Amino acid sequence: MPLPIENVDTDQIIPARFLKAVERKGFGDNLFRDWRYLDGETPNPEFVMNKPEYSGSILVAGKNFGSGSSREHAAWAIYDGGFKVVVSSFFADIFKGNALNNGLLPVQVTPEFLEEILESIENDNKAKFTVTLENQTFTNDTTGNSIEFEINPYKKTCLLNGYDDIDYLVNMKDEIEAYEQK
Amino acid sequence: MQKAFRLKLIFMEAKTLFDKVWDAHVVKKVEGGPSVLYIDRHFIHEVTSPVAFLGLKNRGLKVARPDQTTATPDHNVPTTNQHLSIVDELSRNQVEKLKTNCEEHGITFHGLGTEGHGVVHIIGPEQGLTQPGMTIVCGDSHTSTHGAFGAVAFGIGTSEVEMVLASQCIMQPKPKRMRITVDGELKPGVTAKDVALYVISKISTSGGTGHFVEFAGSAISSLTMEGRMTVCNMSIECGARGGLIAPDETTFDYVKGRMYAPNGEDWDKALAYWKTLKTDDDAVFDTEYNFDAADIEPMITYGTNPGMGIKISENIPTSDGLTGNDKKSFQKSLEYMGFNEGEPILGKPIDFVFLGSCTNGRIEDFRTFTNYVKGKKKAEDVVAWLVPGSVAVEKQIREEGLVEILEDAGFELRQPGCSACLAMNPDKVPAGKYSVSTTNRNFEGRQGPKSRTLLASPLVAAACALEGKVSLP
Repeated sequence: MPLPIENVDTDQIIPARFLKAVERKGFGDNLFRDWRYLDGETPNPEFVMNKPEYSGSILVAGKNFGSGSSREHAAWAIYDGGFKVVVSSFFADIFKGNALNNGLLPVQVTPEFLEEILESIENDNKAKFTVTLENQTFTNDTTGNSIEFEINPYKKTCLLNGYDDIDYLVNMKDEIEAYEQK
Repeated sequence: MQKAFRLKLIFMEAKTLFDKVWDAHVVKKVEGGPSVLYIDRHFIHEVTSPVAFLGLKNRGLKVARPDQTTATPDHNVPTTNQHLSIVDELSRNQVEKLKTNCEEHGITFHGLGTEGHGVVHIIGPEQGLTQPGMTIVCGDSHTSTHGAFGAVAFGIGTSEVEMVLASQCIMQPKPKRMRITVDGELKPGVTAKDVALYVISKISTSGGTGHFVEFAGSAISSLTMEGRMTVCNMSIECGARGGLIAPDETTFDYVKGRMYAPNGEDWDKALAYWKTLKTDDDAVFDTEYNFDAADIEPMITYGTNPGMGIKISENIPTSDGLTGNDKKSFQKSLEYMGFNEGEPILGKPIDFVFLGSCTNGRIEDFRTFTNYVKGKKKAEDVVAWLVPGSVAVEKQIREEGLVEILEDAGFELRQPGCSACLAMNPDKVPAGKYSVSTTNRNFEGRQGPKSRTLLASPLVAAACALEGKVSLP
């Protein structure tokens, strides 16, 4: 799914008025709400998510994706909206952390590679891409070009094995209490 | 050999303020991964905490340190008739959920209408909960505000809120170090907000990404605590993880005597430590920027991110020289705002003025605004929302007699909350309308669907409110 817009901020990903739930469900319906709908309810035919020719679980966006608020709802909305990977040439820090904590993989590529990806999608809206977390590679199947992306080794292990920071921290109770005594 | 060794030793010892505070809180460094960072103070509000509490419940866990956790509802609350039940059902539910979660876990909760209520980043410093050298987190990006005290304070997501509730720790990779130095004397009419907007306009909304920023220089140290909080609050808008300023006498004077500030011997001990919290002369930053205070003028934004700021006296930039997505994004932004490339921003008609938020909702902001409008009249067709950041700020406004002056000038005061900063409560700017706002973000729809936000200082907001158009104070 191509979204060649820069500085896509968290208020565009999910506007604040949709943050009122006390449970984590249904956020995908409000993903990109104000771009996706005209006057609240009518789907905007110009917005990429409303174009039937586009589908897939990889969101490809312009640089500085996810700037703004710390709302994890942004990562939840993208994940609930059916995406597993977000590709951009630059991510905002808090968004990147939130994504990784929710099984959504942020893949940072060079600006040139991003251009190439967008060009491949423009030429063929069924263009395919392969993401391999083990090798940290993102491949444009159309051109065969591949790029290695960075991910913190600890986070990679967590994602691959479904580990959770909270389990890790709760198991550190004694060490944390020892620190508090210092 | 000996000399090299000595040099290395000096190099290793020299630390930045950020390093000193961060390193003192590392419980453990995970091999090839983040640090386990101990958190001194955790602020929570109604929007980003309910799912975290639900997570705790599902795991059968209790809050590890309720005594280091403080809660207040701010994002959802109306700013009129706060004695009545909240009309919006979802908002009411979120606020009530926060209260019951706090009761269940023994967390101090400052409910609507109580003395301690207010915007979470305003009440922390006010009550003395925010102190130099602390690590402070909250599920809100503007937690960076607390860095004004020489604390390492940053916004976190809900999974991380759950981590802190469960363990009082958080897993975080250590950010890089940046220093932004602003030297010289600020011109009259130039405030902390202008400094912040100027810096972001220079380094862009992603210039600080991956970094923790120390603000330094004579223009910064000459600011009051209120001004310093405004600067650190906006540090997230340049993409930084947070911002901080070395504590000094201004800081210590502000903290002393506040409700949760240390007393007696504890104060002396704390003060001795706080005085060590400054960057060593030989410490090295990963990135440095230097600005001259004399170059800064009253600022305003013309686009849809906080980096799109100009001096009010300047014309809106053109897209000449931009290409590809940069050009498209720039043009999309101007189209949204209903502005043309290259035209002056001065004199553009405006509809709304909002004074308040965690950026500019403190007493000094209200004094500045009131002082400017004293004896003058608000433009008739401008709707002005004046929203104190807390009950304490509201009380002080009344005690100082500012309300009468404001009312004479055609303004009225509302009740504390986040209000029109983020369109999550009834205070929304209607579609297509222009709002000069003392807040932190001018994103599309930030103040209401299709609303148009121009970020500015309280002083500029006051001038605009009187003239009904973009004006220089």
